[in-house]
Parts: sequence; C-alpha cells; structure tokens
Amino acid sequence: MILLEIENVVKQFAEHRALDGVSLTVPENTIYGLLGPNGAGKTTLIRIINCITAPDSGEVRMNGKRMTPDDVQHIGYLPEERGLYKKMKVGEQALYLAQLKGMTRHDAQKALKYWFEKFEIDAWWNKKVEELSKGMAQKVQFITTILHEPKLLIFDEPFSGFDPVNTDLIKREILELRDKGATIIFSTHNMETVEDLCENISLVHMSKIVLQGNVSEIRASHATNTYVVRSQSPILGNENFELLSQISKNGMMESTIRRQLSGGNNLLLNEIIKQTEILSFEELLPSMNDIFIKTVKP
Amino acid sequence: MSKISLIIKREYTTRVMKKSFILLTLLTPLLFVGMISLIVWLGGIKDDKVKTIAVIDKTHLYEKVLKSNESYSFQFVDAPVEVIKKQTNDNGKFTALLYITDNLIDNPEAASLYSEKQVNMELKSYIAGLLNKFIEEQKLASYNIPNLKEMVEKSKTEIDLKTIKWGENGKEKQGSAELALIIGMISAFTIYMFIVIYGAQVMNGVVQEKTNRIVEVIISSVKPFELMMGKIIGIALVGLTQFLMWVILTGVIFSVVGAILGANLDVNAMKQMGQMGMQSVPANAMPPEVQSLFTALNGVDFAQIMILFIVYFLGGYLLYASLFAAVGSAVDNETDTQQFSLPIMLPIIFAIYAAIYSAQNPDGPLAFWCSMIPFTSPVVMMVRLPFDVPLWQIGLSLTILILSFVGTTWMAGKIYRTGILMYGKKVSWKELLKWLRY
Repeated sequence: MILLEIENVVKQFAEHRALDGVSLTVPENTIYGLLGPNGAGKTTLIRIINCITAPDSGEVRMNGKRMTPDDVQHIGYLPEERGLYKKMKVGEQALYLAQLKGMTRHDAQKALKYWFEKFEIDAWWNKKVEELSKGMAQKVQFITTILHEPKLLIFDEPFSGFDPVNTDLIKREILELRDKGATIIFSTHNMETVEDLCENISLVHMSKIVLQGNVSEIRASHATNTYVVRSQSPILGNENFELLSQISKNGMMESTIRRQLSGGNNLLLNEIIKQTEILSFEELLPSMNDIFIKTVKP
Repeated sequence: MSKISLIIKREYTTRVMKKSFILLTLLTPLLFVGMISLIVWLGGIKDDKVKTIAVIDKTHLYEKVLKSNESYSFQFVDAPVEVIKKQTNDNGKFTALLYITDNLIDNPEAASLYSEKQVNMELKSYIAGLLNKFIEEQKLASYNIPNLKEMVEKSKTEIDLKTIKWGENGKEKQGSAELALIIGMISAFTIYMFIVIYGAQVMNGVVQEKTNRIVEVIISSVKPFELMMGKIIGIALVGLTQFLMWVILTGVIFSVVGAILGANLDVNAMKQMGQMGMQSVPANAMPPEVQSLFTALNGVDFAQIMILFIVYFLGGYLLYASLFAAVGSAVDNETDTQQFSLPIMLPIIFAIYAAIYSAQNPDGPLAFWCSMIPFTSPVVMMVRLPFDVPLWQIGLSLTILILSFVGTTWMAGKIYRTGILMYGKKVSWKELLKWLRY
C-alpha cells in the first residue's frame, strides 16, 4: 500500500528553483529517509507535504487522493529547528498544540498523561519551557508531534540535541510507532540512523532527486567488491583477488581484499580457503555516508 | 472549540496572567487618582499666612457680613480706589481689594474683586458665598413669611434636577470647554498609547514565534491567516480588558478617595458650598475644586465617548496591528524590526501632534481631515468628540477606518504568510511588495 505519492512537484521562488520535478512514493508502514545536503530542497518538500506552501505544479496524494488541508490533521510534523513558547507551561502548551491538531481537551489530557508517564516527565507538567534543557524540551516536542496518533509522521533531524540514552529511547519509540501502523518520513544528515531505520530513501540534491530506492539495494548496487577477511595466517593476493591491506590484530590476520573474480561470493571464498583457515568473511558494503558523499560531490 | 478561538484564548490568557500586566492594570488607576488627588490637595492647602483683603464699601451695608476667618481678614477702608490698588500686590498690605459700589440686592453686579494676580478660587467663592447668603436671607426676610428660611433649606435638597439643568447653560458651559479639552486629550493619548503598546506586542509576538520556530508547528495545524488574526484579536481583547479595568478601578478609587477627602473637610467649607449653590452632590462635601469638577463632569456625555473610544481603539488598533504583524513576519529578530516599524510609527506620531493642534480648533480643516484619514482618525477624533462632532462626520470617518483596516489586514495577511517562513534573508521594502503578489 502506498500512503504518500509525490508526483513531479515543482516549486519556484523568485530566482531560485527549490524543487525541480521531484517524485517519490512512500509505502505505508515504513520508514522513509529524505536525505540531502543543506539547502537541497528538503524543507520545502516537507512544507509542501504539510500544505504550508503550495507547489507551482505537480501533485501530492495521500491514500491515492489529492491532498487537501484537511488531511494535514493526520500528519505529525517535528520541524528541525524546533521551538516551543518559552514562557508557557509544559502541560498547557502540549494541550494547546494537541487541540490545534483537532484533539478535544479531554482526549489530549488523557493521551498526554500516558506519554508523560511513559517518558517519565510528569514532574515537568507545571514547569515553564524556559526552565527545561534542550533535550527535555525536545522530548516534550516529540510527544506533541505524535500525540494525535497521526498516520504520517515527519521528523526533521529528530535526534539532534539528544544524549545517547534518549536517542535510543526515541529510536525505539519510532520503531514502535511504525509497528503500530504509522508511516514515517525522516529527514536527516545522520547516515547511521538511515542505515538503522530506513527502508527506502530519496536523496535530494540541487532541487532534484539524484538517488532513490531501497537502502539495502542501494548499498549493494554501490558495492565496490571489497571484503574483510580474518584468518589465522597471512593470505596472498592473486589473479582472483587483490590484497589491499593486511594487519595482524589480536593474534589473527585482518585483510582487506578486492575481488577480481566474477561470480558469487562462495567462489571467492573457495579461493581463499585454499590458502588458510578462515575465521570470518564479510563483504564491505559502502556506508550510506560514503554513498551520500560520492553522490553529492561534484 | 474552533482553532482560531484556541489561538485567541492562548494569546489572551498568557498575557492577562502575566505579573507585569496585572501590576500595570492595578497600579495605573491608583497612580492616576493619586496624581489628581495630589493636584487637588495641593490646591486645597491653605496658606498659613492670613491674607488681608481691603474692602471699600460705599453702601456700608456689609461690614457685619464679611467676617474674617483663619485665612482671610477683611479690613474696611475708606480711601480712593486708586490708593488702595497701589497697596494691593504681593508685598503690599492687601492681597485683594473688594469694591462694593451699590446695594447688592438691587444691583447684584455692584461688587468687584481686584487683585494684581489671579485671585484664587477659594477666596472668590468664600466672599461670594458670604454675600450670597446674606442677600438671600435678606430677600427671604423681606417676604415676611414665617419659617420661610427653613422651607427653602428643605426644598434645596429636593431641587437636584434643576441644578443639573442650570449646570448645562450659561456660566457652567465655560468650565466644561476646558474639561472637554482635558477629556479629549486624555482619550487621544490613551488610544495612541494603546495602539503603540499593543501594536508592538503583536509585532514582538510574531517575531518570537518566528525566531523560536514554533510557527512552523502551528501553521502545519492552522492557516497562517488564522494564526495572525488570532493573535491580533487576542491582544485586542487584552487591551480592552485593561481599558475597562482602568475605567472601573479609577471610578472605584475616585469614590473612595472622594469619600475620604469629604470626611476631612471642615464644617466651614461645607457651609460655603451650601451657600454657593453647588449642591448637586449634597451628600459629598468636597473641596470647591472637586465639587465644580464633578458638576462639569455631569455635562459630558461619557457613554458616547466611551463607546466611540472603544470603536476607534479597535479600528485604529486593527489597522496598525496588522501592519505590525506584517513587519514582525518579515524580520528575523527583534532588533531588525526598527527599520520597518519606523514608517508605521510616523503616521501615529503625526496623529498625536495633529490631535494637540486640533484641540485648539476642533472644527478646523486640520482637525477635520485628520479625523477622516484612517491613520490619524482614531487619535484625532478623540480630541474632537467632546466638542460635539456632527454625526455624519463620525459615520464617514468610521467607514473609512473600517474599509482601511480590512485592506491592511488583507495585505498584511499576504506578507505574513510568506514572511514567517523566510529565514536568514534581509528583506527590503521592494521584496515585501513582491510578496503581496504571491
């Protein structure tokens, strides 16, 4: 099932074309990564999905129907540079934002109680936002984003400002939300999270999509035929594989090799087995980080 | 609850609950009443020096009437007026000269009070009171009706209505022209202040929402125009609340202070007032200044001024607030607002000057045109109102004002919509105009 379809969206600002024929589809119940360097057009795209700005041409469809401002009720959006009213109390503010999203005060109160307990932040209810640390405020914001149980969640850099413990907490929550049926769009620069969480990605660069698809497929297609082999004794490069480096580590040899031989991995493994006892054998797939840099670099 | 009312509610409650708002709302009337009371009190302080008033009484009828008291001593002299006049100055023998040329019953204008400087009100009313009472008694006695005096005294408390009527014509009118000026200027300044203060609040509110980026969260839930209008209306209600609180509190404090002042008055002053025929507030014995002020206040149509004040405040505020909102949306931080807020501030500063000049000639061309131009009319019209503005002028000025704020709000909405999402860009006026066409 496709939840969100974006078709050939163009957005022109005075002298600058922010989006130039962007199309993507987000399958329901998956985590979708929206990647790209600063100023590539991600935020504009997110704003178009949120109906904050209208595209000059092209279409955004939700569940197969052209999106209307009413559909925005079903979106939860956590912007990158996030803010709350500093002088307002945490609880009041969360209630206010939830009601703006169409929840009744009663429902919002109930849901907030659940989440505040879950995140162990009930003690903050009557604190002013300015008294909270950045990470604390972000927890509150995360809650206000997901509170109305939106079908589509858009997170712009959700982990910036969180310590590792809280990053992990939020990561688990995001996965749980997906398991419960939500679809999530992630905009991030953190490629590790992309590898961890996202099933599909689009890489936006200079207002266009330059790379799109399933994360594992993309990584496989960018494979450089490089492998890491751990063995008991040194190995020698031959016509089947080139030895790139070899070091001794903890009483075993760790070699990086590039395959010359065509065919499956087993064929290559067979060649190495002839030389020594193999402890481990692993294909070195390029990280999303490498792919990102390689794709975006001029 | 609809979304715009949620926004209005938030804007309203967060501001009204602020300590600074509560303090300002409570303290300003106290300060206002305190200042007025101080003026009245200072005016009421008696010189400890006994002032000597020379009396030339050609009729020799009033020697017994003009009794000296702790402030004034009357000295009857029999010298030519010119001679006494020379002695009547600050350092001279006499403070003032009372010159009675004829019997006051037949010729009530036969008494004059000369002095080098303006005679103070208290002296004047003291003498007038003494003479009035004496003549009144004489007249009553001449009717030869027993107990007439008591009957008149009794009836006096019942003729309130008449006094008010008299208060509206003749002599009283002169006093209320000054009062009209004061009321006009106070309401003009208040409107000016409200527009500037609450307009700036709108602007700062927009800038804050933009700089802490909450605006993006909110406009993913509501339309930018709703957010802008919610803010403008919410803050307007804050202004109205403050205004009404001020009116009510000032009224309450005034009556309390009035009662306290009244209690402190000596019997003498009370007698005088009875004699002066200013018994419109017979129960409240107040100093003559306050008494006459209250009498004159009766002649002003406060209901009309209050209602039009609120209408013009709202109109002027909406006109300017939407412009302030547009400016707030176009900049990145509060320090940048100056460049754009100056052109908005200029007409309103001009308005207050126009109001001051209009007060001198409330029906002149400056007053007329400035009370039609929407950018100045809320302030200038306030000055003109106590001087009875023709209804068609009020109607026309209000129509223009309403049409204008609909126009500016529409314009501001367009600028706002684009502005709140623009970051890191120095915006020029040309750019703002371009946003209108988006």
